[in-house]
Amino acid sequence: MTAPTTTVQRPPTGVAGGVGTTTGRPDAIPKLSGSFAYPSDLWAEGMLWGATVRSPFARARIGRIDVAPALAVPGVAAALTQEDVPGRKTFGLEHSDQPVLVDREVRFFGEPVALVVGRDEETARRGAAAVVVEFERLEPLTDPEEADRRDEVFRRLRIRRGDPGLHGEVVVEGYYEVGIQDQAPLGPEAGLAVPDGNGGVDLHATSQAVHVDHAQIVASLGLAPDQVRVHPAGMGGAFGAREDLNLHIHLCLLALRTGKPVKMAYRRAESFAGHVHRHPARMWYRHEADRTGRLVRVEARILLDGGAYASSTTAVVANASYFAVGPYRCDAVVVDGVGVRTNNPPCGAMRGFGAVQSCFGYESQMDRLAAALGMDPLELRRRNALGRGDVLATTGQEIDGPLPTIEVIDSVASLPLPDARLDDDPRLLPGGVGLTTPLSAVKRGVGYAVGMKNLAFSEGFDDFAEARVALTPRGATVETAAVEVGQGLVAVLAQIARSALGLSEVTVRTVDTSRLGSAGSTSASRQTQMSGGAVLEAATRLRQRLLDDWEADQLDDVGLWRGEQLIAGLDEVCARGDSVEEVRFRHPPTSLPDDDGQGRVHADFVVAAHRAVVDVDPELGLVRVVSIDTAQDVGLALNPGLVRGQIEGGIMQGLGLALMEELVVDDGVIRNANFTDYLLPTIADAPPVEMVLVEQPGSWGPFGAKGVGEPPTISSTAAIVAAIRDAVGRPLTRVPVRPADIVGL
Amino acid sequence: MIVSVTVNGEQRSASVFGSESLLVVLRDELRLAGSKNACEEGECGSCSVLLDGRLVCSCLVMAADTDGSTVTTVEGVAGADGSIHRVQQALLEAGATQCGFCTPGFVMAIVDLLEGEPHPGTADIGEALAGNICRCTGYGSIVRAVRRLADSSER
Repeated sequence: MTAPTTTVQRPPTGVAGGVGTTTGRPDAIPKLSGSFAYPSDLWAEGMLWGATVRSPFARARIGRIDVAPALAVPGVAAALTQEDVPGRKTFGLEHSDQPVLVDREVRFFGEPVALVVGRDEETARRGAAAVVVEFERLEPLTDPEEADRRDEVFRRLRIRRGDPGLHGEVVVEGYYEVGIQDQAPLGPEAGLAVPDGNGGVDLHATSQAVHVDHAQIVASLGLAPDQVRVHPAGMGGAFGAREDLNLHIHLCLLALRTGKPVKMAYRRAESFAGHVHRHPARMWYRHEADRTGRLVRVEARILLDGGAYASSTTAVVANASYFAVGPYRCDAVVVDGVGVRTNNPPCGAMRGFGAVQSCFGYESQMDRLAAALGMDPLELRRRNALGRGDVLATTGQEIDGPLPTIEVIDSVASLPLPDARLDDDPRLLPGGVGLTTPLSAVKRGVGYAVGMKNLAFSEGFDDFAEARVALTPRGATVETAAVEVGQGLVAVLAQIARSALGLSEVTVRTVDTSRLGSAGSTSASRQTQMSGGAVLEAATRLRQRLLDDWEADQLDDVGLWRGEQLIAGLDEVCARGDSVEEVRFRHPPTSLPDDDGQGRVHADFVVAAHRAVVDVDPELGLVRVVSIDTAQDVGLALNPGLVRGQIEGGIMQGLGLALMEELVVDDGVIRNANFTDYLLPTIADAPPVEMVLVEQPGSWGPFGAKGVGEPPTISSTAAIVAAIRDAVGRPLTRVPVRPADIVGL
Repeated sequence: MIVSVTVNGEQRSASVFGSESLLVVLRDELRLAGSKNACEEGECGSCSVLLDGRLVCSCLVMAADTDGSTVTTVEGVAGADGSIHRVQQALLEAGATQCGFCTPGFVMAIVDLLEGEPHPGTADIGEALAGNICRCTGYGSIVRAVRRLADSSER
């Protein structure tokens, strides 16, 4: 592998539990023993329960709303409508376009219309069922093409690069679709709001970014910022579903109205309607290459259905469009990305965030192009692989940090293939014991895909994270408001602090919005680099200041040393003065693109490659994924065990999108809002995963680390579909791939 | 009605309404929130408990039917000295808990699996645990934990 040139600080060795080691996570024992509290487990003395009245239609005009029948239900304390929202009537991540409660026109199925609060959950739900809402059903706009024609658009992104007259001799075209995937975090949306007795409120709820929530909540409550505190709570997964608000403002309204703590917890059906989903996509692609396989021109039109409200659609359009060519060089690029407004379920963030959709498109195209050229698909990818010093084919931004595209391709290709023989145990065949096809008819296929994405926020967004590191008589504490969603950030931040300080006793505390500035969102694979970067800077400064102040040359678990002489123990250092550092960390600046989509739009990039091996029953159209192997650009693996967990988990979500996960939406109405009909991969679907972590330290993450959460979900889907194509020879241009697509019905 | 149940070795009673599930009674009445409320329709296994020694989704059991039964929840599998169960230990060592919402259900399902089959193979593990959904780990670490337990059990 190429030796990277880097100025990144290498981790010092010798500290127990520092970076580069698989340390345990501090929340593991509570989680394993059932004592870890999620928002749906919270309880307060005398608390009431809230419930939401929702629209059964995707589009409707609201006439009268009568809450009197709800108030007549014994035990109901209050019922609220849009009139009861004291401040801004709307909220939203990027555009405040979503009503806290609908008053005039319903725009999506399940949109909240009214709230009811009662003495217990059952009472609140009965009260909600008693609210009378007059809906006049209107024709929903559900066709994204029609929305595009009507210019119902959240964003159009036009990218033009290179000589418009440039063409290649070998041309392949394709049309591809991606269905709506749901994040399906196991922990339902839930929270507890507690009035503080002085007109303010404390909220403990599902979230990915407490400060982002806080700003929206404060605006709608019409309160001063210091009257509302949003606390990071235990998170039962997130995967993007918790970037947008749902019950947060509602809970605060109910708590402030009743003067009592109020709890809400969505049931699963409500959860499906209550959070945003992955954008469904339609993509038209044209790839042109010369006879040697050099990509000369790529044209793409990418249409994303954003559903009823903006959420983060503008940024998802950006990602899908900027990564429309993938990790490949190309001379001329024409991309038109668009995100439209319809009456379908609102879409926003999900792991991979736009890059997943276009990866399915461009990797399908690369295989087609390889076939048209008569070239090995991996060789075609190698010949065009993007690396340091190249420019991103879309924006023209120079890749000035390591980008080991060739290395991830070669690494995954070098892993051994699974045994070619079918398993003796029928439970390990496609369809399991239900396999009726003769074994000799079962087809094996192998497919590869390579994916690329940006890390952290882009397009000039002021992306920062704050952290506070303090010396204590026993070691150090780290404080951030970064939300731990399950990925293990609490472990990684402690490791970074240990390595930077040279202390082994480090405690990480997650604090509420009043205690520290924003850590930004736990999304875009950014927290290890961003909050981790803040912790590294704070810890490094703290250590250096202590060494300077005490004229010492070493800090360890005992105290400050000068040579062999102990100058002061940790308790003495703490007693004698300021031993806290607070940092606001920013990544390298980015900017908005010009009118042709050109510019330094991104802060960092990451690549990964996947190889899928599948067995297919071509008669029933059933697939068993035999193995998925991967090589991923991780910069430096701060905690190899947690990285492995992110990779295996991300691959399973990619497998879900490839084979089974899709929200079925009919006239804007979700028809499978439950785990019986929305299929999630189980342990019986889980293939073994071999992986290579490609370590070329990045240019600004702590110790060279890059975010690792999203890449596993980006190209795993495309690799599985490529493997099925290899097995059965059908084009398979839509995910999830359905049995009928494989059989050819 | 009032239902009397032995939960984790302790005699407990709760006032339940007609259709209430055992899960709701455990969580809201007995304040044992370790059993989780992810789907509440028997698809995800997050609410798994042992009811008279049998693995069940507590969301599918009517609380009114459990009068006189014995229930073991995740809060009840630790040793008398507070030490964690060997299944929990194996999951801990394999790094098999991320968000942790499915973890109590997996603990109960693996305890049940190993009681019936101390040395499960890959397909046995898949079959026994297919009723428990994990959205974070991709199951690899869970499989490794169960394999280690299967290998370390005395043959």
